[in-house]
Amino acid sequence: MLLIPCPWCGPREEGEFAPGGEGHIRRPEPQAASDQDWAEYLYYRTNPKGLHFERWVHAAGCRRWFNVARDTVTHEIRAVYKMSENRPEGL
Amino acid sequence: MADAVPVARSPLAHLPEAAREMRDDLAVSLRERPLLGLLNLRLDAASEAAQRVKAALGFGLPGEPNRATGEGGRSALWLGPDEYLVVTEPGGEAALARSLAEALQDRGAVTDVSDGRTAIEIAGSRARDVLATGCSLDLHPRVFRAGQCAQSGLAKARIILHQIDDRPGYRVFVERSHAEYLWLWLMDAAAEYRAAT
Ligand SMILES: [Zn+2]
Repeated sequence: MLLIPCPWCGPREEGEFAPGGEGHIRRPEPQAASDQDWAEYLYYRTNPKGLHFERWVHAAGCRRWFNVARDTVTHEIRAVYKMSENRPEGL
Repeated sequence: MADAVPVARSPLAHLPEAAREMRDDLAVSLRERPLLGLLNLRLDAASEAAQRVKAALGFGLPGEPNRATGEGGRSALWLGPDEYLVVTEPGGEAALARSLAEALQDRGAVTDVSDGRTAIEIAGSRARDVLATGCSLDLHPRVFRAGQCAQSGLAKARIILHQIDDRPGYRVFVERSHAEYLWLWLMDAAAEYRAAT
């Protein structure tokens, strides 16, 4: 069980949250994108062993989406930041 | 056929009196606060509309997450960065919704959600222990005190919890369809403390 620090509510139990997959994925410009670009946008994910940037929603709490930088090996949460913010440097 | 007049009815109204009552002189008391007026309020807390809402309510909205403000039978609970639950006495919701809508001047939204939930009040020296049986929130007084609120789960039911005083007393807002389940769960969870005072 993870203890996830919601940027609004503070630390809450994992059961209050729902994961939303990898974060910072940009939708390509439809006219300019090749089939490969679309395929990568829709289906390709980084799936790293280690630091992963992902989205979570505080579903049973304030119902806001936010970003989490989590280590997929240790489950350590290295950073939590709001949807409007960029990936933190130096993690 | 005469038109049926809709009558507001508590989701616990069908339970027998004996199942609904708990005495106040015990370490845990439970009572329903049925039919409270509940308004969902959406607005930018930093806007001028928030100042007008403050005048309409008679007190300011909470400035911090998971805090509640209130006065004279009304309260406002933080639900999100631009979302609040305004609680008022039964029957007072329509008039308050109108004055809040007027104060917002289309810079936000107010929605009457009174029928969606009921409120159960749980109070007494062991009330915290009963809640802790089914809730993952840290309710220790160094973390959670009177004037704070939180949305979370209690025995898997989705709730809004508001600590109203230092007895400690809590108001548990529960969705209508889970109200009977949660009431019976609370009665059962409180049973072990009922003998001890
Ligand atoms: Zn939250």
